[in-house]
Amino acid sequence: MNRLRRTLLGAFAGLLARPVAALAAWNESAFGAKTLQDALKGIGAALAIPSKDLLIDAPEVAENGAVVPIEIQSNIPGTSWLAVVLEKNPFPLAAKFDFREGALPFVKLNVKMAETSYVRVVAAAGGGRYFATRQVKVTIGGCGG
Amino acid sequence: MRATLAGAITAGAGGITDIRVLMTHAMTTAQSGQPPHFIRNISLKHNGRTVIESEINQAVSRNPVFSFRLQGGAKGDKIEVSWLDNKGESNRIEGLVA
Repeated sequence: MNRLRRTLLGAFAGLLARPVAALAAWNESAFGAKTLQDALKGIGAALAIPSKDLLIDAPEVAENGAVVPIEIQSNIPGTSWLAVVLEKNPFPLAAKFDFREGALPFVKLNVKMAETSYVRVVAAAGGGRYFATRQVKVTIGGCGG
Repeated sequence: MRATLAGAITAGAGGITDIRVLMTHAMTTAQSGQPPHFIRNISLKHNGRTVIESEINQAVSRNPVFSFRLQGGAKGDKIEVSWLDNKGESNRIEGLVA
C-alpha cells in the first residue's frame, strides 16, 4: 500500500512540476546583465566569431526608438538558437530563441532602443558561436515605456 | 492581458509555414518609473510539439508582434502560442494553418 501511494504521488508531482519548470526558465544573469560583455558571457557567447551567414534586416535610421522592427535569419547549418543583443541598452540582451526540429532559425520582432547602437545577433550551431552586427541610428530613444 | 493570434498562419511556397502572433501587453521597463512588467517566456507548439522556446526581456516593444517560420506544416495543423510574464500572468492562443 505504501509503495503504491508513493508511486502515485511521484507521478502526480511530475505532471505538475514539468510544465511550470519548462515555462519558467529565464536566464537571470544574462537578461539582468548591464554590459555587453556580461550579457554575452551569460549566454556563453563571449568568444563568438563573425559570420556572413547571419542576416539582420533593420532600419538604418529609427525615428522612434520604442518600435524598431528587426528581422533575423541564420543560414548556418544546424543553428539551434539565436539571440538579439542591443549593445547600448540598459539591459543589452533583448531576446533568445531556441529552435527545435521543424522550426526555421528566423524571427521578426519589434524592440525598444535607448540610443544609436549596434544590433548584435548571436547564433549557436553545433559547438560554434557566431555573430553579426548592424548599426541602427535612433532619433528618439524608446526605453521609457 | 489578452493575446491574439493574428489571422496570418499560412502554408506558403517551399513548404514554409509563416506564423504571426500579436500579444497585448504593456511591456513596462525599469526605466519607466514603474515596476517592470514584461513577458519573459514564449513558446510555440506545432501539433502539440514544442518547436520554439524563447526568453525575452523588457526591450521587446509594447504589444509584442513576432513572426516565426516552420519547415513543413499543412493546412489544418494546430499552432499554439503561450506566454508567461514576470508577475506570473500567462496566456495561450491557438490557431490552425490556413
